[in-house]
Amino acid sequence: MSLIQDTMQNDFKRTAYIKTLGIYDWLFAAITLYGTYYAWGEYQHLMDVYEVGILFGTGLSLIALGWLWKPSRTLMLAVAGLSLFGVMQYGSGLAPAETNFFLRFLFSSQSAIMWMSALYVLATVTYFIALFMESEFTGKVATAMTWSATAMGLIGLMVRWRESYLISHDVGHIPVSNLYEVFVLFAIITALLYLFYEAKYKTRAMGGFVLLVISAAVAFLLWYTFEKGADEIQPLVPALQSYWMKIHVPANFIGYGCFALSAMVGVILLIRERAGEGSYAARILPAAELLDDVMYKSIALGFAFFTIATVLGAMWANEAWGGYWSWDPKETWALIVWLNYAAWLHMRLTKGWRGTQMAWWAVVGLFVTLFAFLGVNMFLSGLHSYGEL
Amino acid sequence: MQSNKAKTRKSTGAILLEFLGSMNLAITVLVTIAIASVIGTVLQQNEDYASYIIKFGPFWHEAFESIGLYDVYSVWWFLLLLGFLLLSTSVCVYRNGPTMLRDMKHYRLNAARNSLKAFHHNRIWQVQSLPDEAINLVTAQLEHEGFKVRRKQHDEHVVLAAMKGGINRLGYLFTHIAIVVICVGALIDGNLPLRLAMLTNDIEIETRDMPASQVPAKSVLGDDNPAFRGAVNISEGESANIVFLNIRDGYLVQKLPFAVELKDFRIEHYPTGQPKSFESDLVIHDDDLAEPLQETIAVNHPLVYKGYRIFQASFSDGGSKLVLKAWPLQDDKLQTLDLKGEVFGKVPLQVGDKELSIELTEFRKFNINPVTGEDGKTEQKNFGPSFTYKLREPSGEAREFVNYMSPIEQDGRWYYMSGIRSSVAEPFRYLYIPTDSNVSIERFMNFRAVLLDAARVRKAAELTVKDLLFDVPQAEESVRQGMITTANRLVTMYATGGLASITAFIETSIPEEERESAAQAYFNMLRTVLGNLYIEVLQAEGLEPAKGVSEADSAFFDDAISVMGNLEAYATPFYLQLVDYEHVEASGLQITRAPGKDTVYLGCVMLIMGIFMMFYIQHRRCWAWIGKTDKGVEIIFAGSSNRNERDFAEDFDRISGRVAARLGINKQD
Ligand code: HEM
Repeated sequence: MSLIQDTMQNDFKRTAYIKTLGIYDWLFAAITLYGTYYAWGEYQHLMDVYEVGILFGTGLSLIALGWLWKPSRTLMLAVAGLSLFGVMQYGSGLAPAETNFFLRFLFSSQSAIMWMSALYVLATVTYFIALFMESEFTGKVATAMTWSATAMGLIGLMVRWRESYLISHDVGHIPVSNLYEVFVLFAIITALLYLFYEAKYKTRAMGGFVLLVISAAVAFLLWYTFEKGADEIQPLVPALQSYWMKIHVPANFIGYGCFALSAMVGVILLIRERAGEGSYAARILPAAELLDDVMYKSIALGFAFFTIATVLGAMWANEAWGGYWSWDPKETWALIVWLNYAAWLHMRLTKGWRGTQMAWWAVVGLFVTLFAFLGVNMFLSGLHSYGEL
Repeated sequence: MQSNKAKTRKSTGAILLEFLGSMNLAITVLVTIAIASVIGTVLQQNEDYASYIIKFGPFWHEAFESIGLYDVYSVWWFLLLLGFLLLSTSVCVYRNGPTMLRDMKHYRLNAARNSLKAFHHNRIWQVQSLPDEAINLVTAQLEHEGFKVRRKQHDEHVVLAAMKGGINRLGYLFTHIAIVVICVGALIDGNLPLRLAMLTNDIEIETRDMPASQVPAKSVLGDDNPAFRGAVNISEGESANIVFLNIRDGYLVQKLPFAVELKDFRIEHYPTGQPKSFESDLVIHDDDLAEPLQETIAVNHPLVYKGYRIFQASFSDGGSKLVLKAWPLQDDKLQTLDLKGEVFGKVPLQVGDKELSIELTEFRKFNINPVTGEDGKTEQKNFGPSFTYKLREPSGEAREFVNYMSPIEQDGRWYYMSGIRSSVAEPFRYLYIPTDSNVSIERFMNFRAVLLDAARVRKAAELTVKDLLFDVPQAEESVRQGMITTANRLVTMYATGGLASITAFIETSIPEEERESAAQAYFNMLRTVLGNLYIEVLQAEGLEPAKGVSEADSAFFDDAISVMGNLEAYATPFYLQLVDYEHVEASGLQITRAPGKDTVYLGCVMLIMGIFMMFYIQHRRCWAWIGKTDKGVEIIFAGSSNRNERDFAEDFDRISGRVAARLGINKQD
């Protein structure tokens, strides 16, 4: 910090953002653009104009993400490379899944997702060890595990996307269409958000707690796979065959991921406040203001994306069901979640509420969110007919 | 948070405005709406009132109905809550909006030295240079940092006021005005005039089941109704110029200014049997059109015509035409009857002196069911067409049947499946009627007719007894006659009452100790007589059973007598076979008119823009108070941000560092 300031003092020039970009940034952008262009060239005959828009929009967003959050560049390139490798092992049929070494043990979607699951759980444990042993090195290992798990999860989804097309052309679809797939997505997004805040706030103390919620998701995922065979790729029902799904679902899960993260940070805050200043917990856990800040940032980001997702959902409903708002249970619960966090944000901003109350509220918020995400599918019937348990 | 004194001076209007615009009310309303919304998701909305009564009992049903829990989202108190949200947000914008706008433009050039010194983020520098030079340097640096800078010359000093990200304030306006805009759009589509007309009974909900043309005018809405959401089923080849609006326990008829004709409805399936697409070929007939408009709609691909949107919502049978053959089950003559009917229609049938009615209720072209094969793998298999009917007795009682058109394979043999149940609450019980070598039901029916032919049964009984007594020529005639009577009786009982009647007969006529051995003997005898009758059936087909019966034919016999033994449960004078059909489908269309939609979308776009502006653009200000002191020029540099204190602390460090560098100050503080 002080070093930066010293050098700054002789230099009052603020460098334009574009000039701060290095060779890697440009290389990354070029590769991403080329990949987008290539995908367009290869598959344009299968896409409608909206899907082309989504494709290029995604390409540009990924570049923006890579530039704003440098470590994500490497992740994206690694995922792209390894996914391509996995897809190439398949060739033109699903048969190699049983025989090919790489597919069997690493990159078939099923194997990759199993790797992801194992690594997230290991990372959770490692983060806690790092926290209690106050070991920097162990913490780094945990971070590396989380990155690897995330990479494996993303590869799993990418390869699964291809696998669905290998089953049959009309079965093929983006893997965000059922509960199994979105659980993987949820774990990945929550982990990415966490990794972002970990780097931004330079602390690993939150890792174990946040990854607890991911481990819970993984536990559910495993149960769902082995008990219910949910990992099987199913064709899409007509209502889901829409480009809206490609944007509505990911936006929703950024929201869910943020809310989950904020709740877990809320838990840390509660533990810390309960233990009191000067306690062991207070020493190893981040400062209350920092936690409060992460909680707020994460709810704000979640709220923004959840708003987008709900609006997109309404637009999709208007096209599929004939009305932008039908008070269907899923829609209604999305509204409940949204109103809840709107109230949270107002309390904080205009009434200046901080600390324990807000942490409790964030934790309650997670349960409300969880019901909107899972409970509605399990207990209530409605138009959102997919994802039943 | 006003002091009491301030309150007393206020007018009632101002107090009201303050209450409506207060954050406490806003939060209360937000949370209350959230909680009220839960009710509607837990309690199934707009179901049959009858099923509510069953679920909750008459008392609670009455209570729930009176407070509108069956239609929560349009009950007055819920709308009132939404109204409060609208009002509260409007008042909030009205009260805060002007301040926000002013704040965006106002640079606060009158900042006092002491107040800047009290800022959380500030730096105080003494420089040797001239004030003008310092002013220019600070201005240049702040502009370089992306701030807009204003300058004011006071008596003794200069204040530079700078700001950045004023858009943040606009974000507040966008977000909150968006809520108002969305509510207004939703109100337009919520069709308040119609709701009002229903309250005053100018429009009445129709609850009776009747053809649309007979619905009284009070329940019919003209095509000038601006907003609605209705549904209609149209059969292939037919058209409709109305839709039904389902409201609570009834409906309204909504006229359309055009007619929609359904040419064709299609369902495509995946190889696994799940539906892949639903499509309707529509033709719009409208006098305004030079020629009818042809368009295909599918799920997710509606048709927009004149502001009306037409969606593929569901499908059903549109009155498929069925050609049926009735096989008698209780007659010794194999006289079949050809029948014709339409799904949802009735076919009268005279049986003896009884007037029965066949109500055809459903036809399905595909029946895709999971089948577990020998390898334990479950596969989706198409069982082919089926139809469902109710057979109504003159007394009004009815039993329901489902019959499959094509035979179904089981372990290499083919059967006609027929299900029966006496109430909808039960599952179907299925009979598997065996087929002959032509995979036809004919042999079974022949066999059945023979069993009911008294003369032939008698003859077969005699023949059987003769065979049985072949080795006992000395048997007395009375024994022989007794045996023949028993054999004859067994078969007759079996043919009319099934195995159950034989069991009952044994239980009533034979002492308990002897029952087991007697039953054994009876069943053996029955089986032998049936076997002899079956051989006659085979002979009539031109086969030569004397030379040996094929494995398939003997398996047939076992299957047939097992079905026949249970046929009394079927309790019906005939078996209805589906011979041919013409599939007529009906497409369920949803037709809507939502003039407020674009308003709602506009609101949504504003909302999203506003939220991002509020969260990710910070409204930041910097001031430099520059004045002469004894020691030279004093600069008080201060900053503030309306959000994200933490981030701003770092940024302020950086900015002030660079300003200092520009001023040539090496060490701060
Ligand atoms: C569903 C309705 C509403 C939504 C979605 C909404 C949304 C928001 C959001 C997202 C913020 C920014 C919070 C932050 O940056 O942390 C905000 C701020 C605010 N809202 Fe609302 N709001 C709603 C209703 C209201 C109502 C009814 C009032 C009036 C009492 C209100 C008054 C305010 C005020 C005063 C601010 C602070 C603005 C500032 O200082 O920058 N909001 N609102």
